Amino acid sequence: MTLTNYLVLSGILFSIGAATVLLRRNAIIVFMGVELMLNATNLALVTFSRLHGDLTGQVMAFFVMVVAAAEVVVGLAIIVSIFRTRKSASVDDINLLKS
Amino acid sequence: MTPSTAETVLFWVLAPIMVLAASGLLFARKAVHAALCVITVMISLAFLYVAQEAPFLGVVQVVVYTGAVMMLFLFVLMLVGVDASDSLVETLRAQRWVGWLAALGLGVVLVGVVGRATYPDAVGLAEANAPGNPTGVARIIFGQHVFGLEVVGALLVTAALGALVLTHRQRLKPLVKQPERAAARVAAGGRLTPLPAPGVYARHNAMDVPALDPDGNPIDESVPRVLRIRGQEAGTAEYRADTYRRAVTAVLAERGVVGDGEVDAALGTVEDDPRPAAAPPGTTTGPTADIDLGGGSTRTETER
Repeated sequence: MTLTNYLVLSGILFSIGAATVLLRRNAIIVFMGVELMLNATNLALVTFSRLHGDLTGQVMAFFVMVVAAAEVVVGLAIIVSIFRTRKSASVDDINLLKS
Repeated sequence: MTPSTAETVLFWVLAPIMVLAASGLLFARKAVHAALCVITVMISLAFLYVAQEAPFLGVVQVVVYTGAVMMLFLFVLMLVGVDASDSLVETLRAQRWVGWLAALGLGVVLVGVVGRATYPDAVGLAEANAPGNPTGVARIIFGQHVFGLEVVGALLVTAALGALVLTHRQRLKPLVKQPERAAARVAAGGRLTPLPAPGVYARHNAMDVPALDPDGNPIDESVPRVLRIRGQEAGTAEYRADTYRRAVTAVLAERGVVGDGEVDAALGTVEDDPRPAAAPPGTTTGPTADIDLGGGSTRTETER
């Protein structure tokens, strides 16, 4: 086994996350797909950090985690406020601006 | 540097679990199951981080992602409703197929490029981790990325404030508490006291006998509503406080009037809708008429 295996796993997880974002309608599940994609990038960053013997990759992964936490807080707040007004958590129902 | 055998075994155990759990996110019907699948992926990722010489990130992964982020997800699922599932109506035509195609294409491209690229020989982190992994990470964060860390701090504060603002609910009507309720009740002019209890001087098994007011007239409200609806309220003629009645009867008798009807007429206590006298204790007279309780009610015993 080489470190390439980790990168391939990271690629697979990223595409599954992307598929979730594209295919699911529930806003919360779509959001979890985004989280999965962020996690997959973190795995790639950690693997590259090990490949190059440089800890900067881990620092980048750390920053990604912090920003993801902030993003989750705001995103879930938006989902909750939309749910309060529209009584729906489906991304397809948010078409108020449609002509 | 090549991964050890133990790490290889760990990878081949965890990788299928992670891919399966990620597919669970893609296919799970219920959002809670999807959340549990994502938690599985994240904990497995923490294991992989520790195996990849990043123990600090492994701990942070568990604390921040599974501990905070996914719990937040579960709380929001609780608020939004656990069974908020996908709608089956397709608003964009063929979006499903295009989505599958795009995701598959992305996967093929990513895996193909990453899997076939040539990498330099892996250096490994033994040297960089010599003073300890958290120490090494901290040197870089607080050495080269201090400004970035400050910005991230500002971002976290902004995000917290943003969440507060977004979930804030404006009060549209004034708050109604006990004093306001009491004032409204008095202003409405209804009955302020509790209803009088049924029964007259324990002279009868008295749930069905109305209480009497000071004039000796029955108070219908004192009989339980159920008995009133069923028509099982008893008459009160024989239980009336009759001191006044006796006095009036005596006066009338002196004038030569003796009938009960005349006495009642003089007293003004003729019952508009005479009801049968109370049945002896333990028996009921039964409903006197069919009563329509409306569509929402349960069946009554007079229903055919």
